[in-house]
Amino acid sequence: MANFETVEVSTDLLIVGGGFGTCGAATEAAYWAKKNGLKVAMVDKAALDRSGAVAMGLSAINQYVGVRDGENTVEDYVRYVRQDLMGISREDLVYNIARHVDSTVHLFEKWGLKIWTDEEGKYVHEGRWQLMINGESYKIIIAEAAKNALADAGGEIYERVFITDPLVENNRIVGAVGFSTREEKFYVFKAKAVIAGMGGAVHVFRPRSVGEGLGRSWYPPFNSGSSAYFTLKAGAEMTCQEVRFIPVRFKDGYGPVGAWFLLFKSRAISAEGGEYMAVRKDELQNWAPYGLAKPIPANLRNYLGMLDMDAGLGPLYMETNEAIGKLADQYKDDPKAFKKKMKELEAEAWEDFLDMTISQAILWASQNVKPEEKHSEIAACEPYFIGSHSGASGAWVSGPEDLDTPYKWGYANMTTIDGLFAVGDASGASSHKFSSGSHAEGRIAGKSAIKYIVEKGAEPAVDTGKVEELKAKILAPLDLWAAHCNETTDPEVNTNYILPRQFMFRLQKIMDEYAGGVTSAFKTSKSLLERAMELFVFLKEDAEKLAARDLYELERCWENIQRMWQGEAHVRTILFREETRWPGYYFRADTPKMDEENWHCFANCKWDPATGEWEMMKRDVWNIPGV
Amino acid sequence: MPSYVITEKCDGCKGQDKTACMYICPNDLMVLDKEKMKAYNRDPMMCWECMCCVKLCPQQAMDVRGYADFVPLGASATPLRGSQDIMWTVKFRDGSLKRFKFPIRTNEEGSADPLGGYPAHDDLSSQALATEPASLGLDAVPTL
Repeated sequence: MANFETVEVSTDLLIVGGGFGTCGAATEAAYWAKKNGLKVAMVDKAALDRSGAVAMGLSAINQYVGVRDGENTVEDYVRYVRQDLMGISREDLVYNIARHVDSTVHLFEKWGLKIWTDEEGKYVHEGRWQLMINGESYKIIIAEAAKNALADAGGEIYERVFITDPLVENNRIVGAVGFSTREEKFYVFKAKAVIAGMGGAVHVFRPRSVGEGLGRSWYPPFNSGSSAYFTLKAGAEMTCQEVRFIPVRFKDGYGPVGAWFLLFKSRAISAEGGEYMAVRKDELQNWAPYGLAKPIPANLRNYLGMLDMDAGLGPLYMETNEAIGKLADQYKDDPKAFKKKMKELEAEAWEDFLDMTISQAILWASQNVKPEEKHSEIAACEPYFIGSHSGASGAWVSGPEDLDTPYKWGYANMTTIDGLFAVGDASGASSHKFSSGSHAEGRIAGKSAIKYIVEKGAEPAVDTGKVEELKAKILAPLDLWAAHCNETTDPEVNTNYILPRQFMFRLQKIMDEYAGGVTSAFKTSKSLLERAMELFVFLKEDAEKLAARDLYELERCWENIQRMWQGEAHVRTILFREETRWPGYYFRADTPKMDEENWHCFANCKWDPATGEWEMMKRDVWNIPGV
Repeated sequence: MPSYVITEKCDGCKGQDKTACMYICPNDLMVLDKEKMKAYNRDPMMCWECMCCVKLCPQQAMDVRGYADFVPLGASATPLRGSQDIMWTVKFRDGSLKRFKFPIRTNEEGSADPLGGYPAHDDLSSQALATEPASLGLDAVPTL
């Protein structure tokens, strides 16, 4: 076996992941840990300053309720999410996040984030829930608060350590294992509670660009399904594994469209000039009641555009020139004000890209696009797993203790495994939390986990035999490489192993062609999914043959195993749910309609670590009374 | 090739244990060739073009060339990130230039106070998080 030193770290609370959810968790947990004499350790696969989905920055905060100023109520947000997710959401979780999110945003402002304000000092809204920010350093600022909080509480941060597997004994989490991506060290973290927040998953489905642009996904390629893998392997119940997300964005660069739709009031049209949201509005009746209420759910907006594409009416365009023209028109009698307004709009439009999707700015510049002069192509991206946005996949977690709901079996945000908490993309059925809500959810879980440790925390009973087994398994790809790499003159082609890149392509081909990816126009069926499951059997067997020539490839091997698990949970769940509920995310051609009678429920799944069997189950949807 | 290193400008961060680009890349792509003392992107196909490396490079030895499989040649977006703002120069394929300057934060780097100056409490069992309800701007945390 590869000769890696084993490093043991004992802590009370272990926080895994470095994004918004876990930075929120670290900030809050550090405060309560210090008060209770407990230790917190945080472990990140990358560098905290620029890790996670907000690494590049963001141009808006997408969840701000505005309770303080009477703009909206927490209940309003619950109704909004219920509608967008076609009736399927954990309203207790959505409520809990929404009642805390404003304080997160107010803290962000104190920490140094520039939120746009008007002449009266009020936040500038992009839409009802969205605030405009200068967000190039959004992640750096939020990480800074987390680091300062941990430093004050004597906590520790481990960067460039990649956690793969949970340690669980008798349905209780006792720690986690992984390896350094910089030196030959195997890490064993022993903890009384663990907060999982390692993001969603990208590259499970084949992306649109498969050459050099393979990495240009909308959500970042380093989000590899670590959260789903970790909670599944722990034996936790999972929810909404079928609710992937497909954003419609500027084509190929995947630049944001929110500001164009919401702030600039732009229209989207087909090549024939028809505005698909108007031309195809009758289709929305097939998805009542959700299709008939406002705002129209994201997946249905996608779907109407997809119908245009299917009918050969593409490309689809965002009418940027028309939108800017209309805004500037208000100043046409005052040339000086007109010039000023145009300059302002131009800066806002470009900042939207430069703050969060620089590739789109480069793409526009490379095609000499001036948005005020000419419209730009938009398209549906490949599917992603991102429970924090308009998808919903994640672990099934316990609700807030003060609400009278059927979803309480422990502390807020605890999974069905004792002491294992989930936040952000790792926690499911609480969509539309975005950056700010994920941070708020992290804070909720940070406090809740400390409370769990104070009340129930037991010394972690780690089974050293199991740890040794895991060490051998996690490092196996290096051993397989060493054993066989000299058998062929081209080490990339070998009968005894498969390298991570080709393994990823194999997963992506299955998902894309059988589970409703881009090349199948997001359509699938029972027969296609069953064929995918047959191919998954071979893929899972060959996962044991993954080889890595160095630490970098070892990291990639494990990321792809994580993607494979996310993919399998997805295929099993879309197979289980015998209806089509989110047609703009995936369309089951054999069950093309929504079935409220039988499927107005959560589709949950669980993998049993003892038997290796999967279990599928329905769970009731509970609505907040009177909301 | 997504992010790339300009040979002439890179000094390998003068042989420290890690270079700035290695330190920051969220996808673990940058490495230092210790013989040449030059950094390089070991897997351009996995680059997200987030430019975290470009912004941090002390030698301004890094840039991004748009993905060759769909981006026409000749354009660039070059950041110059200071402690309070960032200046962008966008160069178009037709040679025209646009320049933008945006703020990045409102206070000194490192100064974020986790409690934001709000009063905190010590009731571990309440629904109120450390700085609440003050940080909400309300008298109490909403409940049903």
